[in-house]
Amino acid sequence: MYDFEFEKPGSIAEAVAALSGEDAQALGGGQTLIPTLKQRLNAPGKLVSLTGIAEMRGVCVGDGGEVIIGGATPHAVVAAGAGAYPALAALAGQIGDPAVRNRGTIGGSLANNDPAACYPAAALGSGAVIVTNAREIAADDYFQGMFTTALEEGEIITEVRFPVPQAAHYEKFVQPASRFALTGVFVARFADGVRVAVTGASEEGVFRWTDAEAALSETFAPEAIDGLNVAAEGMIGDLHGTPDYRAHLVKVITKRAVKAAQ
Amino acid sequence: MRIEVEVNGRRVGGDVEGRTLLSGFLRDTLRLTGTHVGCDTSQCGACVVHVDGVAVKSCTMLAAEADGCSISTIEGQASEDGTLNAIQQAFQDHHGLQCGFCTPGMVMSAAALLKENPKPTEAEVRHYLEGNLCRCTGYHNIVKAIMAASGQDVGAIAAE
Repeated sequence: MYDFEFEKPGSIAEAVAALSGEDAQALGGGQTLIPTLKQRLNAPGKLVSLTGIAEMRGVCVGDGGEVIIGGATPHAVVAAGAGAYPALAALAGQIGDPAVRNRGTIGGSLANNDPAACYPAAALGSGAVIVTNAREIAADDYFQGMFTTALEEGEIITEVRFPVPQAAHYEKFVQPASRFALTGVFVARFADGVRVAVTGASEEGVFRWTDAEAALSETFAPEAIDGLNVAAEGMIGDLHGTPDYRAHLVKVITKRAVKAAQ
Repeated sequence: MRIEVEVNGRRVGGDVEGRTLLSGFLRDTLRLTGTHVGCDTSQCGACVVHVDGVAVKSCTMLAAEADGCSISTIEGQASEDGTLNAIQQAFQDHHGLQCGFCTPGMVMSAAALLKENPKPTEAEVRHYLEGNLCRCTGYHNIVKAIMAASGQDVGAIAAE
C-alpha cells in the first residue's frame, strides 16, 4: 500500500474542509477501501476518516416514523438498533462476518455501490433518502451504475432515511467465499405499491424489477410473478454464475423474499 | 504520526505512518506477535483483536484509527501467571487446534461471541465463526471447545 496522510476530523464541517484538497478521499470503516489500497488499485494522497464524527453515528426514528441511520454507523449497530425496521436490521446482520460488521459503515457501502453489496438493495427497495452534507438525494436518483453514484467529489453521506414499509424482506443468496450476494432481492410493500430491488445480478449494479413491482402491487404473493422472466442480457457472468443463472436466480429469490415478507 | 493506545490494560504509544495497519503496529512496533496475519485480505480472521470491546480484523483497520482506543489481543487473555482463560483452556481440553495459526483469531472471536451471547447454540457458534478460517481441524473441535467454554454440556457434540 502506498503511504498517505491521515486525518480524523470530529465534525462534518471539518471533514468537508479536509476533503476539499487535491487527492483526498473519505474513509468509512475501510472494509473495502483498505483491501483496495493494499492491491494498489487506489492511491489517495490523503484519507479523511469519518468514524470520529459523533453526529454521523447511530440509529433513531424520525417524526414521520422513518428510520434514520447516521452515515458512519457500523452494520452491527444497525443490526442491533434498527428494530423499528426489522428487514433492514436483518439485512445489516447478514453483511460480511461479525468482525467486518463492527467496522463497515452504511455510508461507505452506499458510496462505494458495489454491484453485489446488500445496502444498495435496502436503500433502493425502501425508497430511502440519502442525505449528504450538501443535499438530499432520492435513492431512485442516487444509484447510477456499477460503483457509480450521484455523489460529487468530496460529498459525504451524513445520514440515510428509510421509510418503513408495511411488510418487507431481504433474501440473500450468499456467495460463501466473499459473503457478498450472488443475488439478493429486497422486497418492500407500502400502502401505495410494492418495490423490488435486486443486487448482485446486473452489470449496471442494483436495479428495480419494475415488472415484478407491478404484478406484486396487484397481488402480493409469490405466484404473482410466475409469468414473468428476467432477460439474461446485461446480467453479470463470472466464475460463480452465468448471466442465465443469475437471471433465473432473480426470479427465484424474489419469490422467496415475497413469501417471507407475507 | 504519534498514537497512544491501551493494549491489554497497559498504556503504550508509537509512531505510525498513515498506511500502517493495526496488525502491523501490534506485531512490528509492540512485538505482540500472537496476532497472526494469514490472508491480509480480511477473509481469514487470524488477526482478530478487540478494539473498544468489539472484534475487528486488525489487518483491515489503520493503526491511526485506533488512536485513543482500548485494545485486547491474545496476549492479554491468560492471567499474569500463565493460567489460561476459560476459552483457551477449553481449546486445549477439546483439541481445538492443530497447527495453531488460526487459534488467536478463533479465541478472540469466541470471546466476542460469548460476551454478546453467553449460551450460544452449536449453530450460532458455527455461524458466528464464518469470518474465521481453519484449514486443519474441520471446525468440529473448535465449536466443541467454545460450547464447553460457555459452560454447556458438549457430550452430545460429535468429535471428528
